Amino acid sequence: MRLTEHPIVKFKRGKEITIYFNGEPVKAYEGETVASALYAAGITTFSRSFRFHRPRGFFCAIGKCSSCMMEVDGIPNIRICKVYVRDGMKIKTQNSFPNADSDFLSILDSIVDRFYPHGSHYRKFNKPKVLRDFVTKQVRRFAGTGNPPKKAFEEKGSFEEIETDIAVVGGGPGGMSAAIYAARTGARVVLMDENPFLGGQLVKQTHRFFGSGKHRAGTRGIRIAEILSNEVGELKNIDVRFETKVFGLYNGVVGAVEKDKKLLKIKAKKIVIATGAYERTLLFENNDLPGVYGAGGVQTLMNVFGIKPGDKGLIVGSGNVGLILTYQLMQAGIDVAAIVEAMPRIGGYFVHAAKVRRLGVPIYTSHTIKRAIGDKKVEGAEIVKLDENWCEVKGSEKRIDCDFICVAIGLSPTHELLYQAGCEMKFVPELGGLVPMRTEYGETTVEGIYVAGDVAGIEEATSAMMEGRIAGLDAAIKLGYGGEEAIRLRDEVVRDLKEFREGPFGERILSGIKKVTFEKEAISVSAPEREEAISEGIE
Amino acid sequence: MSFLVRGYLEEKELPPRPSKERLKKKSVAYIECPQEIPCSPCFESCKYDAILMENINDVPIVDYEKCTGCMKCIRVCPGLAIFMLRFRNGKGYVTMPHEFLPYPKKGQKVILLNRRGEEIGEGTVTWILPPERNDKTALVTVEMDPELIFEARAFRIKGE
Ligand SMILES: Cc1cc2nc3c(=O)[nH]c(=O)nc-3n(C[C@H](O)[C@H](O)[C@H](O)COP(=O)(O)OP(=O)(O)OC[C@H]3O[C@@H](n4cnc5c(N)ncnc54)[C@H](O)[C@@H]3O)c2cc1C
Ligand code: FES
Repeated sequence: MRLTEHPIVKFKRGKEITIYFNGEPVKAYEGETVASALYAAGITTFSRSFRFHRPRGFFCAIGKCSSCMMEVDGIPNIRICKVYVRDGMKIKTQNSFPNADSDFLSILDSIVDRFYPHGSHYRKFNKPKVLRDFVTKQVRRFAGTGNPPKKAFEEKGSFEEIETDIAVVGGGPGGMSAAIYAARTGARVVLMDENPFLGGQLVKQTHRFFGSGKHRAGTRGIRIAEILSNEVGELKNIDVRFETKVFGLYNGVVGAVEKDKKLLKIKAKKIVIATGAYERTLLFENNDLPGVYGAGGVQTLMNVFGIKPGDKGLIVGSGNVGLILTYQLMQAGIDVAAIVEAMPRIGGYFVHAAKVRRLGVPIYTSHTIKRAIGDKKVEGAEIVKLDENWCEVKGSEKRIDCDFICVAIGLSPTHELLYQAGCEMKFVPELGGLVPMRTEYGETTVEGIYVAGDVAGIEEATSAMMEGRIAGLDAAIKLGYGGEEAIRLRDEVVRDLKEFREGPFGERILSGIKKVTFEKEAISVSAPEREEAISEGIE
Repeated sequence: MSFLVRGYLEEKELPPRPSKERLKKKSVAYIECPQEIPCSPCFESCKYDAILMENINDVPIVDYEKCTGCMKCIRVCPGLAIFMLRFRNGKGYVTMPHEFLPYPKKGQKVILLNRRGEEIGEGTVTWILPPERNDKTALVTVEMDPELIFEARAFRIKGE
């Protein structure tokens, strides 16, 4: 399952080591995540759903969906797509008997559900108390996720307090650009990313980028990641913290955990949030079957770790992500059975579609996936035609042979930190979901907190870089760095971004941005407004 | 915009063809990029002002008389939408970007594919810009029946 040859990427694998999966030795290479090593060894069922014990595989591969949780060295509920292998590591599937692959409890659960349906734990067996206690105990044995560790955690944690001018959360193109442009004015910057590398989404994008030459169009995403991280590395006033997850913002203080061991308290005068986005899923029968993966998850597996997701895929969604993924799968020598698109026309750029059409991949517009076929793993899919009212056309079902399905229907901003910090949020479909109100320079309603990139609205790397530059520069300017030159540069990027969005593809984005942009004077968040934002978000 | 339903261009949606005389002189860039998208590396790469665009979202238009066939644009186009076309000694030549393994070798026979992925004939590889010289996008010139130069847009190595 590991790729050895690839036209674009050269996979660097570390030392060969052994990890133990449910007691069995599994070969792995240093630098791989546990999830990718297991997948390469042919393991596709990673967990069981906590009630029905349905098999689950990975979905996002970037730590956002939780469907890969396992017990790692005695600690439960670890997302193994974010944990890197170490020699001798012990990994166990949880919430299943004897293991997630052949879980007897799945039979039990389907029977129990008949007379103990969803929600009945609130009503049934409540009295007398002994009965309730007994039943609760039994239910807990069969449902839920993971068991508490057997002994207390013994290692010592540490603590560090840092003072800086600007804290940047997220090391994708948005965050890196913010850090670079702020640091160039002389500001001190702390740049944090939860991964052991910088680049965000770029590290899996092996194709050449669109956009203007000035913003590195025509260059491959993976190279842009290298160029930007080199620039970050050269700037002495950027303190980069890898494997550092930011968990909260508290009045100018950023709370983070570095390498699972060290608690960081970062006092920053300005904060730029560039946390990117995560993949959405789609409702269809069996959409949780191992083999139904997020498009980005498949890209991570294939382009970052060099592991084949399967032999033949079906792509759901013909936006740029679906089209590019199709091309990338073929470059890795993997067949693509078809692309299905619910809209009556292709959603992404025509040229991306043309690239795969001329290699013979059919694109079914006005079609959707009806169900995934298979017991424990995808063995095929059923697709169906849609009429003008988006209703299924009876009798138009068609079976597609494939062993994996990629859901490429769009992304949602990773907005949680902004929400928690009290920024005013708004649900804007054009921007992909819940996004913060912001000024022209990316400053939110909470003074000193900026946004840039996909978290401000799903768009592209080019715009993420431009937004990053603007936010980084503006934050530095407000702190008195950079002088006239920085102001001139900031305003130039603002103009470039406007021009970039002027075409038909920018129309939707612009109409979304109009809804969330405010003039600086208007800030001051009152409690009722925030409540309104919260209720809108939940809708 | 029915090409967005199909995923390929039909005859009437193609840009105007360069004249036979022009195609005989030297190779010329033919850009199949019909949609307004924010993308301009081809325009920025052209030293001869042969690609016309006023705004980053414009569709590129090639001035066939100004184009010298230097191939700067085809090397950078992220859409792999540029093809170099040429007639010589009664043969047709198409230079296409290629990013698949194995990379072909000079003299190799290939099966030509049209915009829909259908096999339309055979050709012979006559020139390659090696992938390592262009960040892994090889450029491959294939000799073919001159009738096919407005049709052939990809190839498969025979026997692969
Ligand atoms: C298949 C595909 C193809 C694409 N093709 C193109 C293209 O051709 N041209 C183009 O311009 N764009 C393209 N894009 C879009 C582009 O990749 C994204 O828009 C861009 O990466 C967004 O940048 P960002 O910095 O906002 O976020 P990201 O790149 O997502 O980076 C966010 C980073 O923040 C980190 N992070 C998140 N939360 C935390 C936290 N709490 N603590 C610490 N770190 C955190 C993440 O780990 C991640 O590294 C494509 C995207 C995809 C998926
Ligand atoms: S969290 Fe690991 S696959 Fe989604």
